[in-house]
Amino acid sequence: MEHCKNFLKFIRPAFTITLVLMLICGLGYPLLMNGLSGVIFPDQANGSLVTVAGKPVGSEHVGQEFTADYFMKGRPSAVHYNTYTVNQDGKEVYLDGSEFAGLASGSSNYDPSNPALAERVKTDIAAFLAAHPDVKPEDIPTDLMTASGSGLDPHISPDSAAIQLPKIADASGLSTEVLEQIVEDNTTGKLLGIFGEETVNVLGVNVGIAEAMGLTQ
Amino acid sequence: MLQLVVSLTIYLVMVIPVGAYLYHIMAGKRTFADPVFDRIDRVIYKVGGIHAEKQMDWKQYAGALILTNGVMMILSYLVLRLQNLLFFNPNGIGAMAPDLSFNTIISFMTNTNLQHYAGESGLSYLSQMLVITFMMFVSAASGYAACAAFIRGLTGQSKTSLGNFYADLVRITTRILIPFSIVGGLLLVWQGVPQNLSGNIVVDTLEGTKQVIASGPVAALEIIKHLGTNGGGFLGANSATPIENPTVLTNLIEMYSMMLLPGACVIAFGKMARDGRSRRMADNALPVHREGLTAKLLGREGRSIFLAMSILFVIGLGLCYWAECQGNPALAAVGLNQSMGSMEGKEMRFGVTLSSLFTTVTTSFTTGTVNNMHDTLTPLGGLVPMLHMMLNVVFGGKGVGLMNMILYAILAVFICGLMVGRTPEYLGKKIEGREMKLTALCIIIHPLLILVFSALAIGTTAGQAGITNGGFHGLSQILYEFASSAANNGSGFEGLADNTLFWNITTGLAMFFGRYLSIVIQLAIVGSLMKKRSVNESAGTLQTSTVSFAVILVFVVYIFAALTFFPALALGPIAEHLTLWG
Repeated sequence: MEHCKNFLKFIRPAFTITLVLMLICGLGYPLLMNGLSGVIFPDQANGSLVTVAGKPVGSEHVGQEFTADYFMKGRPSAVHYNTYTVNQDGKEVYLDGSEFAGLASGSSNYDPSNPALAERVKTDIAAFLAAHPDVKPEDIPTDLMTASGSGLDPHISPDSAAIQLPKIADASGLSTEVLEQIVEDNTTGKLLGIFGEETVNVLGVNVGIAEAMGLTQ
Repeated sequence: MLQLVVSLTIYLVMVIPVGAYLYHIMAGKRTFADPVFDRIDRVIYKVGGIHAEKQMDWKQYAGALILTNGVMMILSYLVLRLQNLLFFNPNGIGAMAPDLSFNTIISFMTNTNLQHYAGESGLSYLSQMLVITFMMFVSAASGYAACAAFIRGLTGQSKTSLGNFYADLVRITTRILIPFSIVGGLLLVWQGVPQNLSGNIVVDTLEGTKQVIASGPVAALEIIKHLGTNGGGFLGANSATPIENPTVLTNLIEMYSMMLLPGACVIAFGKMARDGRSRRMADNALPVHREGLTAKLLGREGRSIFLAMSILFVIGLGLCYWAECQGNPALAAVGLNQSMGSMEGKEMRFGVTLSSLFTTVTTSFTTGTVNNMHDTLTPLGGLVPMLHMMLNVVFGGKGVGLMNMILYAILAVFICGLMVGRTPEYLGKKIEGREMKLTALCIIIHPLLILVFSALAIGTTAGQAGITNGGFHGLSQILYEFASSAANNGSGFEGLADNTLFWNITTGLAMFFGRYLSIVIQLAIVGSLMKKRSVNESAGTLQTSTVSFAVILVFVVYIFAALTFFPALALGPIAEHLTLWG
């Protein structure tokens, strides 16, 4: 009996402190953060949605898969940017027709020497050259043919944007000057001129194109 | 290159005041914020039934740590198994399987954060908060508590007592982790990290298709994930996703928050060692040291350790950055321009520079968060994170890296002592048979766990089934997984198909022993050292506060790593490099 009591006395603080900290760190703190960010930064806290004509069409920070000739394309994505459609049979499929696997993120995790990686890049280069006959293969920027780590990268490099413009100008009927202006409006420089890379937000560009073409009414 | 230099300079400026603050918390000194926090802590002690003034010896301290961690694991296990029945589950996530839950709770309690699930599909919001976010606080606080006790014993604050574990756990949580997290978390939300309890968002796109976008209480988890050097992401692709890490600024915030406290720990150690020395000066005749600026800021003993860690860090960073800039010859062969470096698996906003910096930081400071996919790194670029987890002393996470490095310091003074034929001393204490046996045991556990489990995985079909990239890289995937587990890092070569019974159990065991065996042995060493009388310094005493000692330390670390890991590394990343570039 005495033993039992001593043992209980020994383990009691471990239980009580666990419960107290669980409530503070696991509920109190995240809910406090919820409240504070909802009041101070409501837009960001709810996903930085981009709206066109009052309806959300995506998030500023998440890339999207585009297929139309008059839209700019992002980098290859192992998860198809979680962009899908419903086919005639009522099934949810990615835009290439394969089955939608549900919300995900990530890359195919091909190591540099994996033959499947070289194969994918080769196919993508051939497809890109077929769609852009005037482009020389060595001018295709690296980022446009390589998959991002998250599969959700919203950005491409300014070179990757520029190389797509002639074709977009043809398909959309917009002038190159207008398009260049749209790209510039959606370009972010390096932080303080030092950190990170210069990027172009693909969804932002495409919203600009859609608006300029009058597709958004 | 400029980015790297500027980033690291900013770090050095920030780590010094944080180190001074951590020193006050660890040494129990007064700070400006005490009037507020003393009240909060008193309430917590009262509700929790904690007698904060009760002193513990090393056995009681280690016992309280393991017991508390055990209770936390049991309660969290229940939450994961029952998450489908509980509230805050707008996306309708099901219960987690038993072996995966086993792996997950060990992973988060040991501060590893190896994830064999993907957050999008595996956890309800309640689990993300009540299990994951909670454990991110307490596993980090447990590590720093152990480190505080270790330093107190080593620097001779008392002959018998290491302090009170429960008080350390609470003080570190309330005075450091929570306030830093609130400020840092709000900065992340400002930059675009979501923080809400609504379900995932489905939008109709410009092309009339649909897109589903992840949502939830991300920012609250995101900041403590880095601050506590935890590393487990809200989403599968972790801090590579623009949801967890949307801008270059969030990348810097996340990077600095994981670097801050481990570096600060070394500074706190330096300052406490200085206090210990001035206490010894009262009874022993010690020469007075003239202190320059760096010695004032870091403490003399802290400075040499900090320098040794920095040398290791910069060498690793240099190799990783150089390797990634070279690009991938296999892609050059199919006609893709490689002037941007190796971009597969990397985010455009971070590029090669911030990706290789983050990679080196996350494995040196043993966080395990990733802003690019490590499986897709070039062979030598991927060797660096693997090596730094194998060393486990390059700053390291949550105080544990410092404790490991001090074992190497003991080893270094022992080797130097053998060379000149004197009894080795460290911080005024003789290092004798018992301490050396325990040190050797503790240092050997880490390679033992990595290499034996890797051998087991290669020797069994269940282990081999996880490999998804062929050839030499397959071995790298296995080595990386166990190095990450044993070092309590948690990053992965994510291609590995690791949510199977074999991988869940083996990595669970590697994480468990990697964490608790080391902590118990380290506290035992201190328990043995603190009982000894301190000795006088003489002309023959090896000075451990010099630049040359830092260099010796770097060599000891590299030589030991080469002896244990070189054969495995030669067959994995080095062989892959030679085939790719040959």
